[in-house]
Order: sequence, then C-alpha cells, then structure tokens
Amino acid sequence: MLGGIDPFILIASLIAASVPILLAALGEAVVERAGVLNLGVEGMMIMGAVTGFMVSVATGSPLLGFLAAMAGAMALSLIFAFLTQVMLANQVASGLALTLFGLGFSSLLGQGYVGVKPPLTTAVPFGPLADLPVIGEILFSHDWITYLSLALVGLVWFVLNRTRTGLILRAVGENAEAAHGLGYKVRRIRLLAILFGAALAGLGGAYISLVRVPQWTDGITAGAGWIALAIVVFASWRPLRVLAGAWLFGGLTVLQLNLQAAGSGIPVEYLSMAPYLITIIVLVLISSGKGRALDAPAALGQNFHASR
Amino acid sequence: MSDLLRIEGLGKTYPGVVANADVSFAIRPGEIHALLGENGAGKSTLVKMIYGLVRPDTGRMTLHAQAYAPTEPRAARASGVAMVFQHFNLFEALTVAENVALGMENPPPMKTLSARIAQVSGDYGLPLDPARRVGDLSAGERQRVEIIRCLLQSPRLLIMDEPTSVLTPQEVAILFATLRKLAAEGVSILYISHKLEEIRSLCDGATILRRGRVVASCTPRDKTAGELAEMMVGSALSAPARQPGAKGDVALEVAGLSLASPIAFGTALKDIRFAVRKGEVLGIAGVAGNGQDELLLALSGELRTAPGMVRIGGKDAGALRPTQRRALGLVAAPEERLGHAAAPDMTLTENALLSGALRRGLLGRGGFLRWGQAKDFASEIIASFDVRTPGPGAAARSLSGGNLQKFVVGRELLQSPSVVVVNQPTWGVDASAAASIRQALLDRAAQGAAVVVISQDLDELLEISDSFAALNGGRLSAPRPAQGLTVEEIGLMMGGAHGMEVAHASA
Repeated sequence: MLGGIDPFILIASLIAASVPILLAALGEAVVERAGVLNLGVEGMMIMGAVTGFMVSVATGSPLLGFLAAMAGAMALSLIFAFLTQVMLANQVASGLALTLFGLGFSSLLGQGYVGVKPPLTTAVPFGPLADLPVIGEILFSHDWITYLSLALVGLVWFVLNRTRTGLILRAVGENAEAAHGLGYKVRRIRLLAILFGAALAGLGGAYISLVRVPQWTDGITAGAGWIALAIVVFASWRPLRVLAGAWLFGGLTVLQLNLQAAGSGIPVEYLSMAPYLITIIVLVLISSGKGRALDAPAALGQNFHASR
Repeated sequence: MSDLLRIEGLGKTYPGVVANADVSFAIRPGEIHALLGENGAGKSTLVKMIYGLVRPDTGRMTLHAQAYAPTEPRAARASGVAMVFQHFNLFEALTVAENVALGMENPPPMKTLSARIAQVSGDYGLPLDPARRVGDLSAGERQRVEIIRCLLQSPRLLIMDEPTSVLTPQEVAILFATLRKLAAEGVSILYISHKLEEIRSLCDGATILRRGRVVASCTPRDKTAGELAEMMVGSALSAPARQPGAKGDVALEVAGLSLASPIAFGTALKDIRFAVRKGEVLGIAGVAGNGQDELLLALSGELRTAPGMVRIGGKDAGALRPTQRRALGLVAAPEERLGHAAAPDMTLTENALLSGALRRGLLGRGGFLRWGQAKDFASEIIASFDVRTPGPGAAARSLSGGNLQKFVVGRELLQSPSVVVVNQPTWGVDASAAASIRQALLDRAAQGAAVVVISQDLDELLEISDSFAALNGGRLSAPRPAQGLTVEEIGLMMGGAHGMEVAHASA
C-alpha cells in the first residue's frame, strides 16, 4: 500500500516531525491572542536551536540544552519586545528583522559546531506498553519533549479559556484601549506573552537540532518558523486546532519524505514545495485584511500607546 | 439632607485652553442631576476629574463628607463612583459575562457571575443573555452591558455620559425607568446630555456649563426647553425658516438597492427603495451601524451598484464613479470629516478643489489646476458659511470639528447641485453652527435641489424633513410624510427596543 509505506510508522513519525512546529505555533498563538504579531518565529527557533545545541554539547545534558534554548530565544525576543512595546516600532518590520538577525547570528555562534554530535535524547521508557502492537508504536515510542508539547496544548487551552489570566490576555488582544481603560497593564501583559512565545519557539528549535536531525548546520530550521505562523492562522488562534494543523503540516512533510523514498511518480520538487506553498497561501490570507473573517484577535499587530 | 458629592472651585487648564474654571455644585443622595452644555463646554473634563481619569489643577471634592481625590478609576470605583462612557469600553469578541468580569476587581466564578448578571438585568428591566458575544449586540444592548457592569459593584454615584445618543426612543424609555428605579434606591446619578427634553423629563436638578464655567443652575422641570437652550448657548436660537414650496420631478431614485458592506462588522443594504423630488428633504433616521455609511457610499458612487438601482435625474447612475455622478449633479458629504470628507493635512483651497474641480470649473485646459479660482472658491465657502479660520491656506486638520463641518457642507452646497446627500451633517457641531447648516440645507432645497439627510438626531430630522424613513439592519422603511409623525411611530420604524420584542415591526 502507498508504495510500501507503513501507515503506523507514518503516524508515529508525523507526531515526532510535528513537535517543532507545534511548539512554535502554540507559543505564537498565545502572542497573537495578546494582540502582538511576531514574525520573528523563525529567528527565535534557530536561536533556540543553536544555543540548545551548544549548551548540551558543552554539558552533555539535553535537559540543560533545552533550558538554554528557551533562554536564548527569550533573550532574542527582548529585542522585538523593546522595539514594538517601548519604541512602538512596526511589528511586521521588527519581526522580519528578528528573523534575519537570528539566522545570521546563529550561523556565527554555530561556526565551531558543524559536524559535532549532540548527546542523545532518548525515548521515555514505557516498558511493556511500548511493545503493544500499533498503539505502542504510535503512542509510547516518543521522547519526553513530545509528551511535554502535547501537555502544553492542553495547558494553554485551559489557561486561555478557563482562567482570569487568559481572559485578560484575550481582552488585551481584542481591544487594548478598553483594557487600559479598565486598568490593565497592556504593555506588561504583552511583554510576558512575547517571552512565553519565544520560550516555546526556542524549545521547538532545539528539538530540531538535538532530536530531529540531530546536528548543527546553518539555517537548520529551514522555514519551520514560517510554517508555524501559517498554522496559527490556519487554526484560528485556537490551541486544539493548532495541534491539528501541526499534525497536518507535519504529516505532509513526512509523507513527502516517504514518497520520495518509495520512488513515487510525482516529481519530488512538487512534494517538497507543498508545505511552503500552503504556508504562502495562508500568510497571504492574513495580510489581505480578511483576518477578521478568520476570527483574528481584533487588535492583532496594532501597537498600543496610553494617550491619557 | 447632606450632599453625596460636593464640588468646590474645580478647575483644569490645558495648554491654551481652559477646560474648567471654578466649577462648583453638589448632588444629593438619590438625585438625578443633569450636567448640561454644548460640545466643548467642559462636561467631559469635569466628569473625568470625578472619575479619576484627569486630575484637577484647583479646587476640591468631597464624597460622603470626606475629602475625595481619586488618582485612577480604580480608586473612584472603590469609593462607589461608576461611569458609563459614551464610547463603550467593551470587547466585541468576548461574551457579556466575560466583559463584565473584566470590569470587576474580584469577580466571582463565571457561573455565579452569569447568574447574577441574569438576575440583576432582570430586576432592572435590562434583559441580557450573559453568554452572548458583545459583537452581536445592538448599541442599546451594549450599553446595558456597561450599566450592569457598574450596577454589580453597587455604586453610590453613577455617571452617564450622553447615554441616549445611541438608543431608539423605546430604549430611552427603558433606560429612564431603570435610572428612576436606581434613584429611588438612593443611588445618585450625574447625567450628561445636551438633549433638553430628556433632561426636563428625567432630572431633579441641573448645572449648566458654558466655556468651562457654571453659568446657571436650575430645576429643569420649571423651565421650558427654550429657556434651557438659551442658558446653554447664551443667546436665543431661531428655528430654521422654511417655505413649503411645490415639489418638482423626481431627482434621485433608488430601487431595489442591495449591496454587501465593505466595512468589517458592517451592515449590508437590503432592497432599499425611495425617491426624492426636487425641493424635497428626505430624512433618514437610524441608530448608528444600521447601514448609514453603506448607503452614503452607494449614493455618492464610492461603491458602484448594479444597473438601475440608482438613478440621478432619470439617468442610470449605478455604474458611475463619484466624479461622473457629480457631473450629473449629485454631491455628497460623508460623516467622517477628517480623512473622508476632507484630507486632513491639505489646505482648505486644496480640499475645495478636490471635490469642486468639476462643477466649479477649477480644472483648466490639459488638466492644469486653476489655483486662483480654487482659492476664490475656498474663500467663498469660508465667507458664506461663517467658517472660523485664518484663511484658505489653513490645513483642514487645524479647524475645529464644527468649523470643518461647515466648510465641508458649504463646499458641496456651493456647487449648485441638483441632489445633495449628507450623513450626520451636525454631529459634534455646536448648536448655533448646527442651526446654520440646517438652514443652508433647507435653502438649497428651496432652490430646487433634492436633499437626503442621514442623521441620528431625530429632532434635527423632524425639523427639516418633508418625508421621513428609518434604516434598521440595512433595510429602509417606506418613506412617510414627516408632518404629524409621533416619536413613538419613529421608534418603531427604527426597530423598537432591540432585543426586547419577539417580532420586529419592519422585518
């Protein structure tokens, strides 16, 4: 079937393949729900990829690597936060600058690390559960970051929809003036959201360099940040749909690799184009002003300045 | 009886402007007190000082016989002062309950809160479903959300800034009943308005402001509306003079006009039909957001329509652009003055040229501009409409709202049009300027133009219209003669009290 592709392995590998974009998209969804459009996801991911790689090689600990990845991406995002929240610079331009800067800076940092092997992040030992047919392969064969990312989906959903913190965050993204009028600190809330988004993007980036590939090369994220941005819109800014979107895009990537391996009749180029093509279409949809129809946060991309 | 709130010698000066000077008055518990004044008289600054949004330069306030100087709205709310703003502080994508929760310091869990909203809104005759999204509510229902948010915090003083400007007459009646009930329970209400009849029927006392100072205080029931207006404006106002002339042929005809809205959360136009004859003034009422902006765009030519939907002087104009419609004699003045009717950073001469080029012959051979004539045209507008400005070289942005409105309306009326379409011609304009704009529209009609006035101000429409129709949800009621219409009937044409009836009269 499907030219010799095993569907269960396919599902298991799409779950693993979608972890980086899932984490980055989940973080960006929170940032955008607070009304901030940070197009620097790609830059933050690759900063996370390089800092995570360096620290885990230096210490031999994947855990420390992942923590460093979060810190590295958060540090980079502070530039964006300063530009947009303090200097009130245009969010789209600042986000693009962040991506360009992150790509270049990570390449500089990672110069001595090309060809180095990072310490291995192993699968969580589920013992006999992992040996179950089908279910074991799909559910119990992953590493702890994968399970963490799935738990985060539920956590973000709960906080956004069931807690006062989430309500205030959504209010800020919906109408910053009104939130300010009611006495909420718009800029502080947005800064925290940006940092949270950066932490998840960094984690996703490190997952690529420490688990998926695992090694360091320049531009290792290869557009995953852009795909994450598209997933956020595709998911109408909702955490559970972000999961579905990540699996869809992750599935496309995996299927494309498998079809290549299986010698499919469709030219490889079309298959490798597919995720990016869909990304472009979705990104065009956001910027064409049809955002409202897609249920976008009303204040998305608008800077706020307290005038009274 | 001791006063709830006492204000003594309150003053606030902004660079170049005295917003308030030496303002003193007092409110008793359970009193509905009106703050009356024209736009720019200093009402808003005064209540912002009471609500802690603005700090006074001089003077002092006492609440419950204790010194009161709130530094932020939170402090004012803690002292029992609540405010319903003219422009709502609401979140469209969130539900009613979520909006209420955001306005409270320590909200109870959502379930409890929803139950309390349902209960309090029922008690005060302001039905609200806590689970609905605010974006789907009418303006009147949105105001209820603001009021309920205040009431759940058991205020002692409720400030209401121009609360009726977005309501239908039926909704106003419901609101007044609620306010009276609150007053009977001992809540004091500070009611800001420039609508005289409302104040006469609702308020126990009134303080009248002019140019930031208290010019009079009175018991509104003992005064006539004319006397109140005179105190407010400082001089007697004359009602516009009109000579009922014979009506001519149909100059503008709209038939089966249906159009999707280009505006987010806008209202599509649905099968609109009316005809306006030469010399006739058609008044179109409706609460904001019921299709007024879309109708103006469709008539001016900024939105084009299918053939036959709009006819100017018998010619099909559906496919024509604004300039081509001007050539047929239709001029239009949209509601938004800065950025739509006028380019803010361009001079009055340039703005005069932008719309008057064609009908006033300001374009020379080969497309060159005739600056001399353009400047003369701008000067003519300034002179004949009493626009207060240094001259035609001033930027449109530098004019006050009322002056720019006079300029914009004057610019269109001086192009000897055969059809005039205006949206909110006197919004935010002081009473004397509004009176002169209305007079100019009537004069133009008397000279044989068909005039369409879209407005939310019912008094204005009844004053100048020959026939009257109302927009509700993108539909236009059948035009009726304005003479003899009661406010009740108009209210029903406007859709009655939104969300309070099973069936809509106009559906």
